[in-house]
Formats: sequence, structure tokens, C-alpha cells
Amino acid sequence: MTHEVLDVRGQLCPIPVIRTQNKVKTLQGGDILDILCTDPGTLSDIPAWCRIHGHKLINTQQGDDEITITIEVTD
Amino acid sequence: MNQQRKAIALISGGLDSMLAAKVILEQGVHVEGINFYTGFCVEGHTHAIRERDRRRPKRNNALWVAEQLGIKLAIIDVIDEYKEVVLNPKHGYGVNMNPCLDCKGFMVKKALQWMQANSFDFIITGEVVGQRPMSQRSNTMPIVAKESGAGDRLLRPLCAKLMPPTLPEREAWVTRAHLHEFNGRSRKPQMALAEQFGITNYAQPAGGCCFLTNESYSQKLADLWQARKTRDYELDDIMLLKVGRHLRPRPHFKIIVGREAGENKYLEGYRHQFTHFRTVNYTGPLVLLDGKADENDVELAARLTARFSQGKNSESVHVLVEEKSGTSYTLDVRPLHQDEIPKEWYI
Ligand code: SF4
Repeated sequence: MTHEVLDVRGQLCPIPVIRTQNKVKTLQGGDILDILCTDPGTLSDIPAWCRIHGHKLINTQQGDDEITITIEVTD
Repeated sequence: MNQQRKAIALISGGLDSMLAAKVILEQGVHVEGINFYTGFCVEGHTHAIRERDRRRPKRNNALWVAEQLGIKLAIIDVIDEYKEVVLNPKHGYGVNMNPCLDCKGFMVKKALQWMQANSFDFIITGEVVGQRPMSQRSNTMPIVAKESGAGDRLLRPLCAKLMPPTLPEREAWVTRAHLHEFNGRSRKPQMALAEQFGITNYAQPAGGCCFLTNESYSQKLADLWQARKTRDYELDDIMLLKVGRHLRPRPHFKIIVGREAGENKYLEGYRHQFTHFRTVNYTGPLVLLDGKADENDVELAARLTARFSQGKNSESVHVLVEEKSGTSYTLDVRPLHQDEIPKEWYI
């Protein structure tokens, strides 16, 4: 099980979703991914993407300018 | 034994492609969605950038549609490949810079590649005969099927009954009788079908899918090509065309003026790539200068910056100029008067 970080700060949706999708393809069930974002759109888009594809949303942390979304990959 | 067939549905986020996918799902076919990101998509960006739009509920409509339908969705970055479509469309442009017919062919071709790579059987789109002047006429529909290479594996469930049967119909993977014969620009049949499926909350009925159908955006793109004397673009170029006021006071440079806090913040991300301006003693926008500028041009840009600040009626405004190289200095300038800004400067 690995814990990786994807930095999509400064990118606007849907690029963070595309990058998440492509990163997850390289991971395995149980792996954890932290996604660092700045576009508030990711707060709805990444969880929606996870629900559609059956991945688990572990945590969402929102600072002043930055958002960290943590997901667990499922097979 | 009947094998469950698989269809890949082009999902734009609008109602038509949602209905097309739903019609096929209802027939017991396994459906997954595909959505293409060209860089010109209306989706997301402007909402994310502008403060006043931030308060609106924001969602990616293609993802939302997929979730409502209970299907998977692949979002594909086609930014680079799409350039050829925009720069050299074989079938030309629509009213603005929208190369809709080439674009449709391109997207169906990409869907075909995905279909083949993932062992799916056919492709579905939400196209309706006669709905769009350029790309959805009865004589252009076969062009998309042919030029994409999809041939009769391309099914348009909303108007299939008006066209010759496709492979999925002939092979009885789907029942032709349960497909539709929508025709023309009326939205009523789509709305009735949506109601029948219990779909009540959907994105704007047949809104444009991209900025290329927008007149003002198209003018900015044409201006960019003319100024650079070459028809080309990078993602940053086309993103910046979505943001701010664009004025070209001289053929060799233009300025991009943030219209509000959200845009200023977005433009901040580009400040290392452009000479930029901001007012010091008054609240004002961040202004980027794109092109080559001598001393007089820089002063003109500073006076324009002052014009768009709270100090527009004062005698003198301090403007901080930061060059691409990192050098910075302050200019004290008289804001340009509105009469000194010819209408033609606005792109
Ligand atoms: S509106 Fe834009 S995305 Fe839609 S078909 Fe035309 S060029 Fe393509």
C-alpha cells in the first residue's frame, strides 16, 4: 500500500479530475492519494468522480487558499 | 446466449447526450460515458475564476450526468490533438470560430479508439437531425460517421429512426422500435422524454458546448493570431482569452485587465510570464501586457491601468510596473480619460 501526493494547485477543473483519474490508474486497491488543489470546483468534482468510480473519499481539508482531498483507491 | 453489449456514450453534460445514454441503458446495454476536454470547454473555468460565479452551485455537468445515470465516465484531455481541428478545419467554421463538423468527427473518432481499446461494441451520441445548422443536418450526419471511421457503429438514439439502421439495430443489440425520431430545433420532445425518465434537473437545454461559439471569444482568438502573425496557440493563451477585458492599443501589444477579485487572482498566476501593472495608491486591477512594449507603450499601459482603478478621476496614480525579468519600478501617471480610449481598442 502506498501513500502518494498529486499536486494540481493552480489547475482549473476539469484538469484536476483528469490528473486524478490518470494517477489512480497507476495505483492499486488500498493505496491512498492526497490531491492538493486550489480550484474550489474540485470540492464537488473529485468527490463526484470518486462516487462514480467507486473510490473512497477519506478526507477534505480546506484552508484559505488550498484544498487537500484524500482518497482511497478501490480495485 | 445473449452477450451483454457495451456502448460508449459521448457525454457533454447537456440534456441530449444524457437522454441518448439513458435510452440505451434502458435497453439493457452496458453504457459508459466519455467526455473530451479541448481547452475551449465552457465547463468549469469561468465559474471557478469569477468571484460572482463562485457563489453559484458549481459542478461539472458531465460528471453530474454520469452520476445520475449510474455510469462510469472517462474525461480525456485532447488539448494538443484538438489544435488541428481548430486551426485547419476541413469543413470550415460556423458563425464564429466553431469548427463543429470537424469537431464532431474528431470526438467520435477518439471515442472509436477508446471503444476498440476497451472492447466495446458501439458509440452513441445525443445528436438530433436538424438541431444545429452546421453539424447536425441530415446531410452532415453521415459525414461524421464516415470521417470518424465509426461507420455504422455510430448510433444516435434520439433520431435513429430517421436514418438507415445501424449495426447495433441490425444485430438486435438494441431494439430500433424503442429508439426515437426527434427532428429540428424544438426542445419539446427532449423535455417530454426527460419527464418520462423522471429527469428534472438538467443543465441548460441545448447550450453551446464551448467558447468557440462565442462571438467575443472568437474575436479575441482571431486577434491573437493576427497579432502573432501565426495561427497557433498554447493552453495558456486560450485560457487567458476567457478572462478579463482585452484591449489592443497598439498592433504589437495588448493588455488583459482583471475585472474583479477572482480574475485578478487568476491573472496573478501568470505574472511571471508577463510584464504586469497594478495601482499602488488606489484599489485597482492586475493588468498583464502581452507583446512587445517600449517605454511609451509601458506608460500607455500604466495609464490604462490607472483608468480601470478607483483613481480614474484623479490627477495622478502610482502604478507599479513589474517586468518579466523581475525588475520593478513605479510610474506616476495621469489616468487616460474615457474619450482617450477608442472603441476599437477593445477586442
Ligand atoms: S460547439 Fe464547440 S465543442 Fe460543440 S461541436 Fe461545436 S466546436 Fe465542438
